Amino acid sequence: MLKIQNLRAGIEGREILKGINLEIKAGEVHAIMGPNGSGKSTLASVLAGRETYEVLGGSVDYLGKDLLELSVEDRAREGLFLAFQYPVEIPGLSTTNFIKTAVNEARKYRGEDPLDAVAFLRLMKEKMALVNIDQSLLSRSLNEGFSGGEKKRNEIFQLAMLQPRLAILDETDSGLDIDAIRIVSNGINKLRNKDNAVLLVTHYQRLLDYIVPDFVHVLYNGRIVKSGPKELALELEERGYDFIKHDVGQFEEAL
Amino acid sequence: MNTNTYFKEYFDRLQSTDTKSGLGTIRQNAFDEFNKMGIPTLKQEAWKYTRISSLFEKDYQFTLNPEITSITASDIEAVRMPGHEQANELFFLNGLLSFSLSVIRSPQLIVQPLEEAATNEYQHIVKEHFGHSSDYIKDGINALNTALVHGGVFIHVKKGQLTEHPVYIYHLSDAGFSNTFSQPRSLVHVSENAGLQIVETFATIGRQESFTNQVIEIVVEKDARVEYYKIQNDSCVNSQVSTTHIRHIGKSYTNTVIISLDGNIVRNNLNIVFEADHCESHLYGLYCLNGHSHIDNHTIVDNVKPNCLSNTLYKGIVDDVATGIFNGKIFVRKDAQKTNAYQSNKNVLLSTGASVNTKPQLEIFADDVKCSHGCTVGSLDEEALFYLRSRGVDKDKARSLLLHAFAKDILENIKSEPIKMYVNQLISERLQIEIL
Repeated sequence: MLKIQNLRAGIEGREILKGINLEIKAGEVHAIMGPNGSGKSTLASVLAGRETYEVLGGSVDYLGKDLLELSVEDRAREGLFLAFQYPVEIPGLSTTNFIKTAVNEARKYRGEDPLDAVAFLRLMKEKMALVNIDQSLLSRSLNEGFSGGEKKRNEIFQLAMLQPRLAILDETDSGLDIDAIRIVSNGINKLRNKDNAVLLVTHYQRLLDYIVPDFVHVLYNGRIVKSGPKELALELEERGYDFIKHDVGQFEEAL
Repeated sequence: MNTNTYFKEYFDRLQSTDTKSGLGTIRQNAFDEFNKMGIPTLKQEAWKYTRISSLFEKDYQFTLNPEITSITASDIEAVRMPGHEQANELFFLNGLLSFSLSVIRSPQLIVQPLEEAATNEYQHIVKEHFGHSSDYIKDGINALNTALVHGGVFIHVKKGQLTEHPVYIYHLSDAGFSNTFSQPRSLVHVSENAGLQIVETFATIGRQESFTNQVIEIVVEKDARVEYYKIQNDSCVNSQVSTTHIRHIGKSYTNTVIISLDGNIVRNNLNIVFEADHCESHLYGLYCLNGHSHIDNHTIVDNVKPNCLSNTLYKGIVDDVATGIFNGKIFVRKDAQKTNAYQSNKNVLLSTGASVNTKPQLEIFADDVKCSHGCTVGSLDEEALFYLRSRGVDKDKARSLLLHAFAKDILENIKSEPIKMYVNQLISERLQIEIL
């Protein structure tokens, strides 16, 4: 589904991603872990098309298309979804109206008719139950005055409404208490199937107790320095990131 | 003929024909003031950013009779605003009230020619309140309206009466054959415990230019409530100076929303004068400009008495080479303790050629008050734009949604449903989005 080859990217002339290689197949869940400043959020942003980052080299193939050539909105319409670490508050734009616009824009892109009010409401009700989100929250302005947990639930609700092929969750667990993590994770797990894939970007292992990854990658200093099965996350939790830094240090010295 | 010469002739003609109304002395004094002050120039602080003198270099046609016009019934139908079937409608043609076109539906309302009210049982009201705006707007343009006052309207709401029908005031300029200069004048008196909703709008019919110098003075008595909305969406050949002067003479409430969407050079003066304790007033404004439009909003809130609350919020969306100006003054007099006065002006610039000048002015002479002011000028929030796009909304649409959201809290303060929907439609058209 997604094949990243030697991806290099940076901001204002500073290289942050120094050659990322990663392949994600349909039905898989990948977790990217790493210490602060390693480039995790940059990777998520570059994949979603955030224009403040500059791609310096490499390629990203997504469902047979050159992802880096697609506009932000076309990436979304092709089924890529980024759940934001810090969802934006937009006073004056109701969540419901926004999601309706987003859903119908995607349908238009696929050549489908827009959902009528009844069908849209039915879809909303179904997805609301999935993430335990209340109607009253959705009729309010987008994320305005929402608690941290409400914002993240709203992200997962939008994910559920848009039914993406590839969901990238950027630090979705940050700022959440255990109950909120459980609700958010349950939502994501229910949405998993053999045709879609999830890329979790996280600093801590605890989210992975709820969403069990097939692969764990450690990003350090702009490179994936270690990949392994889900047990790798536990090892990181136990030993901290220092052992990775140590290993990488030795590795770089050897070079 | 030079415009100033014409003013003199017009003035002389008015003075010789109207000997009964008692407005003669007021006209004479104002004309003297006009001659002294002249047309405002950029040298005057209050007119620093808005040059209207060029508008006076053109030839204009003035009319004495509102019934002689090339405006047709279908022109009038086209300017009518939603909800008009339930409204009292007043039509000014070239600055003169046309009684034949106007429709009065509310028995609680007294609507008379201003000149008549100045001589009958309402003369004490006219005498006391007419021309009060000149205490606050000391310039030749305000004086000119008073100097040439003619064909204006007096509106009186009886004590204890709530008019369920709003008053729609249409200012039409007949610019079919020549440039037109209009000077509509209104005096509104809302008695104790009464309520009134006023909606004003402007339209130029024809391809020539129009210049409207309008003054409306509103007097609000104890326990009265006034909703005032002004919608400026006239063509880019219309220029205007439009003054709304509101006197709170008893504990009372007003809510004003001024929406400016089009026009050549537009200057709005909005004055709120609290002459009684415990008054409350909300001043909202939205200017959404493109092309060459130049819109200048001046607000004054004068806290003469203590314990009053005012809240001013003006928002601007400025595109192309348009200019938006906001100048908000708050006076808190020595006796006006416990004043609460808040003011904010927020602007979004959409192009490099667009500009905004914003200036808050607070003059506070009391020591126990709460006042705040703030202004921002910026471009659209890139992070918000990215957020919407990342959900599949295309860039232009995301931009429109964000701008509409920005304008929303002004829109929400229009309490009349048909007018709110009408303004929402105008804004949505301007921002090119489907109504949500």
